[in-house]
Order: sequence, then C-alpha cells, then structure tokens
Amino acid sequence: MAKSPDQEHPRKAFGWAARDKSGLLSPFHFSRRENGDEDVTIKILFCGVCHSDLHTAKNEWGFTNYPVVPGHEMVGTVMKVGSHVKKFKVGERVGVGVIVGSCKKCESCQQDLENYCPQTIFTYNSYYTDGTKTYGGYSDMIVVDERYVLRFPDNLPSEGGAPLLCAGITVYSPMKYYGMTEPGKHLGVAGLGGLGHVAVKMGKAFGLKVTVISSSPKKEAEAIERLGADSFLVTSEPAKMKAALGTMDFIIDTVSAVHPLFPLLGLLKLNGKLVTVGLPDKPLELPIFPLVLGRKLVGGSDIGGMKETQEMLDFCAKHGITADVEVIRMDYITTAMERLAKSDVRYRFVIDVANSLPQ
Amino acid sequence: MAMSPEDENPVKAFGWAARDSSGHLSPFKFSRRATGEKDVTFKVLYCGICHSDLHNVKNEWGITSYPIVPGHEIVGVVTEVGTKVTKFKVGDKVGVGCMVGSCHSCANCKEDLENYCPEMILTYGVKYYDGTTTYGGYSDIMISDEHFVIKIPNNLPLDGGAPLLCAGITVYSPLKYYGLDKVGMHLGVVGLGGLGHMAVKFAKAMGLKVTVISTSPNKKKEAMDHLGADAFLVSRNTEEMELAVGTMDGIIDTVSAVHALLPLIGLLKTNGKLVMVGAPEKPLELLAFPLLMGRKMVGGSGIGGMKETQEMIDFAAKHNIVADIEVIPMDYVNTAMERLLKADVKYRFVIDIANSLKPF
Repeated sequence: MAKSPDQEHPRKAFGWAARDKSGLLSPFHFSRRENGDEDVTIKILFCGVCHSDLHTAKNEWGFTNYPVVPGHEMVGTVMKVGSHVKKFKVGERVGVGVIVGSCKKCESCQQDLENYCPQTIFTYNSYYTDGTKTYGGYSDMIVVDERYVLRFPDNLPSEGGAPLLCAGITVYSPMKYYGMTEPGKHLGVAGLGGLGHVAVKMGKAFGLKVTVISSSPKKEAEAIERLGADSFLVTSEPAKMKAALGTMDFIIDTVSAVHPLFPLLGLLKLNGKLVTVGLPDKPLELPIFPLVLGRKLVGGSDIGGMKETQEMLDFCAKHGITADVEVIRMDYITTAMERLAKSDVRYRFVIDVANSLPQ
Repeated sequence: MAMSPEDENPVKAFGWAARDSSGHLSPFKFSRRATGEKDVTFKVLYCGICHSDLHNVKNEWGITSYPIVPGHEIVGVVTEVGTKVTKFKVGDKVGVGCMVGSCHSCANCKEDLENYCPEMILTYGVKYYDGTTTYGGYSDIMISDEHFVIKIPNNLPLDGGAPLLCAGITVYSPLKYYGLDKVGMHLGVVGLGGLGHMAVKFAKAMGLKVTVISTSPNKKKEAMDHLGADAFLVSRNTEEMELAVGTMDGIIDTVSAVHALLPLIGLLKTNGKLVMVGAPEKPLELLAFPLLMGRKMVGGSGIGGMKETQEMIDFAAKHNIVADIEVIPMDYVNTAMERLLKADVKYRFVIDIANSLKPF
C-alpha cells in the first residue's frame, strides 16, 4: 500500500503543494530520504518561481501527478554531506535546478548532457531511483545527489542568482550551442519575461547587439534603459518589422504562448537561427519556404547539463549578471501565480523560503 | 514596346515553351543574346526535367510569366567564348544549373553563396541584367556568364550528370552545411524521387549509413538493392517507425507535399537535424516539446553556390555518381510531365535535346 507523503521517508519536510488543477498551493507535510553516501542535504533559503511551476501546478502540460511541490530554482546552505561527497562541505552555499538525477551511463550523461538523458529525473513531479516522487524547492529542505548540486559563487547574490538555475541555463545553453557568442553579432530576444530578460543581459555580456522583440510597446524604456538592449521591436508595428527584416543572426524565442514564426523567421539573416526555449502546449506553424530560401533553421534547447550550469553560474558571477526579482513570502504565492499568468512581474518572483515558510 | 521573343536578341534560338497555366509545352522560336566578353555559349545536348519546371509551367507558385522555356539542368559543348573568358574554351563539356546571374558585390556573393543573393537571376522565367527574358535549357543553345557555368569532368556521363546541376547540389549542399557528411553517421532520406535518390547516392559515397523513409513499400527493393540504402522505413508503418526512434543523426526531407514532421523529428537522435529541401507551400505543424527535449532542429536549404556546385560535380565524377534517368525525346515532354506529377519515373527524365529537338 502506498505510503502517505509524510511517511514515505524518514526525515520530516514541509512545503507548499498544489493538489489539483486549480493549481492553488497550500501547506503540505511530506518527507525526504535519508542523506545517502553521495547526497547533500540542503536547507533552502530562496526559491525562484518559474513559469513551469505554474504550468505544472495547473496540469497544463497534462502530466502532473498531484500533489506537486514545485520549485526548481533553489539556493540554500549545505547541512549534511554523504561519506562519498567530494565537491561540497557543510555550510557552503549551493543551488539546485531542474534535475536531480539521470542514468549517468548513456551517451548524453557521459557528455555532461544529463538534461538530454532519456531517464532524466526532474526536481519535482518525477520519480526518483527509489520509486518515490520528487518534490521541489517550495519547501524547507531537500536531499540531492552531489552531481546535481551547483556551487554558488561567492559574489552571486542568492535572491538574484536563484532564477539562473532554470531561466539562466535555459538561455545560456543555446547561446553557446548555436554559436551566439561572437561579439558584434545581432541577437533578437522574443518575449521579455523571466527567460527573455536574462537573455538580454547575457547577450550584452557576450558582446552582442541585442534587440528585444515584444508584443508590448510599454516594455521599451525598461528594455533599453535598464536591461541594456540596443533596440526594441514591437511585433504589431509593420513598418518597423519590415525595416528589421534580414538583420538578425539569431533569435532566442522565449514565448510560451502559441505565436506566429513567420515574422520572426523574416527578421533573420541568411543562415539565421531561431531557437525556441518556450514551451507552447499547442503546435506552432512552421513555414518552410523561408527556411529553404534563407538556409535558416528552427532549433530547440532544454535547460543544460550540470557542467554547463556551473559554467553559467560562474559566467554570471564574473559579469555581474543576476535576474531582476521581486522577493515574496511563501503565503503570497497564490497572488504571485495569478500575476505571473498575466506577466505582471519584473521579471521573476523569488520566494524567501527561509524567512517565510514556518518550520 | 516590348519586342517579341524572336526579335529580343540577335541570335536565333529554338526550344519548347509553355504559354499558359495548362503547362502544355510546344515548339517556340525565340532568341539569345550575342556572346558577350564574359559569356560562354554552348550547344545543348541534354536537359534534365526538374519538378520545379512542372511547378513553373503550371504557375503553381504564382510567379510565372509566359511564355516560359524551362530547364535548369543543362549540359552541352561550348561553341563560343567571349574575349574575357578564362575558364572555358570551345569544345569543353559544360553545364548550367538554376542561376545565370547575381550581384557579385553583396556579402552572400562574396562568400560564394550566389544562390542566396537578393538579386540572383534564375536560369529561366525572369529578367536578365539587360532587361531581356531568361530562357532555360529545353532549347538548342544556351548562353551564360562564365561565372555560372560548370565544367563537367570528362569521365562524367552528360545525360546522367545533367540532374546533378539542380537535384545533386540541392542535396549535397545541406549534407555539408549541416555536417551530415561524416563517415558512420546515420542519415534518413524522406521521399525517393529525383532529390531523394541523389541524397542516397551522395550519402553512401560519403560513408554514411542511409535509411530511406517512404510512403511506398514497393520502392524498398530498388532502394536497397539498386541505390545501396542500408534500410527502408515505410512511414505509415507505426511499428517500424517506433523501432527507429532516436537513431538518426540527420534527415534530408525531399517531400514537397504537406506532411507530418513529428514522426520524423522522433527518428532523430539528440542534437539531430531535419533538413527540408522540398518546399511545401503551406506551413507544417511543429510541436515545441520534441524539438526542445532532444535539442533538435529543423532547417532548410536551397540549391548551392557556384563554387560548391563545381565541388559537387567533381565529387560526383570522382565517385561515379550520376542520376538514374529515363532519356526521352523532346516531343515526349508533355507525357513526361504527366508522369512526373504521379512520381512515375526512376528518378529523373532527361531530354535528349541534341537528337530530338528539331527546328520547325
């Protein structure tokens, strides 16, 4: 007979969970495994609110197993390390992102691409190697295999750094893989939210010219003056879109609603690359002529492996890149989720777990 | 006042043209320009029939100006060269493909990517620099600026070599650009027609494992025994397709009808590339999840630049790659077009111009 969440494991844990597709979160008692030889136990200090948390809480992708404790952008301190743990010691500040396990043997795992392992175990809403459910960072503590724990550089603030663990790596990885790091090249960033604003910052750090492509004109001042974008294109302004045709080497498309690709493809130069990192739940329309006539491509990318995630954190620490955040208390989460659904946040909510989640 | 095709230029020429969107071709008198200082004039021996010719004569893309003389897989023997021509001489075996002009000054032209030049001039159906109409290879003579003429190596048969000038380069270029040219890689080829069979041959010559993906089970024997494919998947056979999931480094998709991309994306390994060289007129459905979950991509490619086209011809000559063709007389062309529409050809018609195009 299946054990209840609070009896499944020996160590008591507490968090907030969604129990049905209303997506409403509320207090939830559960449990975490004993700290194994390769595990690290982490007291969670902050956890970013990723749009995936909202999608999952409401079962928008159709594969949620309730109850679900979301949260895969967490920063905390090490409380305990297993006997085989080499990389971390008690007291260190660490992060946990989107994955907490993989097979470790396949070609992807061997190439430090655990995110593409067919047996990736996600930080929440997955099943761990022992068959139990994984619960995420909207909670007081977590136990994670050291391979999937990130070292947090000293000069990277926890609040602003937490969202890098998903949003950051999600845009950093394709920027490296698709060659968007050559200074002077022109990057378009479609969508200015959690992912988009980090892409702008990273793009500038790589020495790129960055144009934000958005459906809302009111984000322009922000994009240029505060985030450092070089220009701003409103998709509903035909004259400006026309003038920008064939000017971009790459576009990172962060938009998760269904949207037309044709206008974005038109903005690309010859050999241009449109990389989609958003996850619309319905199909997009892909026109083929623009691909053939301009040797263009549409590619996908999904977070990044552990090695690259660490590289990304170090890169951000070096360049002073953090997410722009609104720190909230745990009990604000329902309102935060409602605001997130309307994109009413600049640009990530981060839950101050340690100070607002009663133990 | 626009001149008639016969009077537009000083040199008499003869060919077959379509005069309206029925696409029916018939004898047509026209004229070609005199050999300019950088021009190469040649007697046409053979011309391949590309499916684009059919699309164009029927105005399926909505851009056709009639009368139109199609043909952009043209081979023949040089009869005259201009005073500043350095690469060719009378008697050379040469070919002309899909383009006869470009701006020569843009970034694309400077990188030998004339095919992507915004001012690229197609071999037929458009206006040349001098304002006259370009006419293609279903004709007795052809003229082109030497930059757009390809040298055909002596050991490459002219009839089987003609289709390389469009079909060949159309699949060769993306194999190189997308890095699908490494020994041991596994390539899928969707559609076994003019483009598809060329993709199989090139990929085998490059040392790849090749799986043909087709809707017709009856092409299997041909694909494996004759073309050298290593495996054959019937796309409607869900069991076969399931077994092949995640096995291919790349896929060259030659199908121009609207079709499902999802099962093809499933066949790709992580980091796999689906390359579209056929051009369906309507957009295709793209699901984001499978693309992201495997860091896969869908890209396109269209013919190739002149430098690469020459490289492709030399590669084909070295590896004895020619198209599988059915040689036809000029007056069979309308029947050939009907059969082409039903994909009833293995795998390219080639018109025996020299022996069958008679002036009237």
